[in-house]
Amino acid sequence: MNRKALKAIFLDTVPVLTGYLFMGMGFGVLLAEQTGHGILWSMAMAITVFAGSAQYLAVGLLAEHASILSVAVATFLLNARHIFYGISLIDTYKGTGWKKPYLIFSLTDETYSLVTQTRTPEGLSRHRYCFLVSLLNHSYWIIGCGLGSLLQSAVHINFQGVEFVLTALFVTMFVDQLLTHKNHIPAVIGVAATALCLVVFGKDVFLIPSMLLIAVLLVATKKYNGGIENV
Amino acid sequence: MYDVILIAVIALVTAVTRFLPFLIFGGKRKTPALILYLGKVLPCAILGMLVIYCLKDISVSSFPFGLPELLGVGAVALLHIWKRNNLISIGGGTVLYMILVQFVF
Repeated sequence: MNRKALKAIFLDTVPVLTGYLFMGMGFGVLLAEQTGHGILWSMAMAITVFAGSAQYLAVGLLAEHASILSVAVATFLLNARHIFYGISLIDTYKGTGWKKPYLIFSLTDETYSLVTQTRTPEGLSRHRYCFLVSLLNHSYWIIGCGLGSLLQSAVHINFQGVEFVLTALFVTMFVDQLLTHKNHIPAVIGVAATALCLVVFGKDVFLIPSMLLIAVLLVATKKYNGGIENV
Repeated sequence: MYDVILIAVIALVTAVTRFLPFLIFGGKRKTPALILYLGKVLPCAILGMLVIYCLKDISVSSFPFGLPELLGVGAVALLHIWKRNNLISIGGGTVLYMILVQFVF
């Protein structure tokens, strides 16, 4: 692997680095404040859970001593979107050998948005690219969560708004998809179905109805999207 | 001990959501055609969904009416169509958003 390819991967993940450092630090601080758990706990969670929203949820559940069953259900509903990520990567991740369990384990929103890009840096296999992106993103998250525990109340600088970096990442990847694909029906379905469900179901529960509606609409519009023959 | 079990459950359930589709469709068998089709069209739709998901907390009925978010998203999209450079689009949009929420609104 050449330096140029490595540099390209790093540059691709810089937005994730920024977002994960700050979101991870936020998590470390919150965990310490709410539960008194320090760096060992926050890093252990970053390593084994590696899901931002689930970890933030976990802080509240730990603090209120929620029942194990309600924790399991809440985590499943919150992370059900991963099922969709997997469905769209079954083919991409075929033949990845020993890397496969880790590729699947480390599939976050941000990693997903990078590995579903159509381009791969020159001189690098697609599988290798996906693996390195996953590994780098995971490392950023672990470092961020650990730093948060160490710094805690020492963080005084005003970083308000920095979390927008992850929104910006998704917007960029979305625009990329729009520019590379001629057919915009799936993109319109994604935005419209989610916006509709947000209005109808409210912001706490709209994600799962959105995903179901997206799946139904994508299947219904199959013949307009090139059908299965063109896959 | 309760804390360890709770974190283990969260880690396990999160892993289940990630591994489930691969366990169901990923084996040696041929992937069903419908799943292949969804795999092709889902990324576009899912990224659209994630963009809306990130904007779920804005309120259009009270100040600042989601303006910082809309201006930020607009800046990212325009920068990206213009330059096609991830760092310029994401960095530019994020800096604009931080200025908006800290100094303007």
